[in-house]
Amino acid sequence: MTDKASLICITCPMGCRLDVTVEGDKVVSVEGQACKRGLAYAQDEITDPRRVVTTTVRVVNGRHPLLPVYTERPFPKHQIFPLLQELRRVTVMAPVRAGQVILANALGTGINVLASRDMPLREEPCVS
Amino acid sequence: MLKTLSYDVVVIGGGPGGLAAAIAARERGAERVCIIERAEELGGILQQCIHNGFGLEVLGTDLPGPAYAQHFITRVYQAGVQTLLDTMVLEVTPQRVLYATNARDGILEIEAGAVVFSMGCRERTRGALAIPGTRPAGVYTAGTAQRLVNIEGYMPGRRFVILGSGDIGMIMARRLTLEGAQVERVLEIVPYLSGLKRNYVQCLQDFGIPLQLSHTVREIKGNKRVEAVVAVAVDERWQPIPGSEEVIPCDTLLLSVGLIPENELSRRLGIAMDPVTGGPIVDEGMGTSLSGFFAAGNVVHVYDLVDWVTMAGEVAGRSAAAYALGMAPASVYRLRVVAGDNVRYVVPHLFHPESLAQGPQQLQLRVREPIEEKVQVILEADGVEIWRKTERYVRPGEMVTVKLMPDLYDRLKPASTLTVSVRKPR
Repeated sequence: MTDKASLICITCPMGCRLDVTVEGDKVVSVEGQACKRGLAYAQDEITDPRRVVTTTVRVVNGRHPLLPVYTERPFPKHQIFPLLQELRRVTVMAPVRAGQVILANALGTGINVLASRDMPLREEPCVS
Repeated sequence: MLKTLSYDVVVIGGGPGGLAAAIAARERGAERVCIIERAEELGGILQQCIHNGFGLEVLGTDLPGPAYAQHFITRVYQAGVQTLLDTMVLEVTPQRVLYATNARDGILEIEAGAVVFSMGCRERTRGALAIPGTRPAGVYTAGTAQRLVNIEGYMPGRRFVILGSGDIGMIMARRLTLEGAQVERVLEIVPYLSGLKRNYVQCLQDFGIPLQLSHTVREIKGNKRVEAVVAVAVDERWQPIPGSEEVIPCDTLLLSVGLIPENELSRRLGIAMDPVTGGPIVDEGMGTSLSGFFAAGNVVHVYDLVDWVTMAGEVAGRSAAAYALGMAPASVYRLRVVAGDNVRYVVPHLFHPESLAQGPQQLQLRVREPIEEKVQVILEADGVEIWRKTERYVRPGEMVTVKLMPDLYDRLKPASTLTVSVRKPR
């Protein structure tokens, strides 16, 4: 039995509308994509939807109290909230370098969570 | 004693436009380049845009905002660009002397061979909308809330209504949901989405956040704190439809209702401004009406992709370096670029055909009305069509670009106006 699904590709800002024909959990055809990334997106979105997750973790002695972090690859959508729960328990010490692994192999997915930026040590306020 | 400094190129604002301009100015041969930034660090608003989606065009990879900024900050320091952080520019003279201040130096007097304006933009506030009702706590612009949540670590509320379907509004709807808040509704006064479709999918649809088009906030209720907003449907002239009011209980209203280029410095210099964009009138090299002053990024017009801001910064930085080094082309002849059918504005406003000798040049435009079918983007020189291309759709929220190829030179040279129109095929 075939089903039709209408998706909007989120791979790039173009936002192509994809008309997808699905048989069971298999994608049999995709129309409307401007590039081949749309095909891969449609396949994943039907069988294993994923999103890049971005959030913050606490940082001690940093310029700011929070460090922005992101999953190095798109993360299974149904595990986003458990991942955030896990990251709420993480505190890192400044200084931090961009790209540093903040949480390795998050929830056993093999996907690391990385620091989005450098976080230098907090400077003492200058007294003059 | 007044401390004095001197640079070839001074860049005002260390966001993505300014970072790119400074790097490009160094690469073009300017020895002494300085970025003046009023915050304590470079990166501008990217530092609070912790979501991904940055860099696909320029870096070929999908990065979070702070990671995109980091890439250019690292390059700025590698290129030997100097920086004055925590420093506010107070005044700029037409002779390119800047007065700035910070806690270390007091007042600084800075001579510049050329100046790049890259001050970005700021948010439209409640005052600009004149929403009736009381004046309780709990009304924020989306960008302020974004800074509180992503940098300072404060949640501005628990139960939100968001007015405006721009990208920042939708991204904040997701962000607040991820942090455990309830986002009741996103309201949008126009009958279409203001931001990118992908953000509707991954920010609203993914989390079941309802979007109501052709709706706005009629009234804010609450004494000390917001207690509810009254939402209302509007007609095509944005007038409330009586009887459609709905009270939505909430403790916070976020406004994502547009951005305004920040041009206090440029205005005071008497630089010619475009009332539609809110930014200076520029040519293809991002030069303004005042000799030696250039502008790049959201200070010129509000972009939807940071990658385009970076590219505009590179153009402005190269032009500024060439000017400071006395290598600017002495081109006199220029065309006026005119917004035609269904085009709200086009940047640049002025175009020197000679610039095509350096390679292809770019026009950037926004349409007035969305057309969700194939449309033609048409260029006319003094009313005669010289070029056209097909777009699969056009939307006011998504900038359209036109690449002017060098072979158009012969058609543009004798003309005085270049009109850009967007029309359905006949």
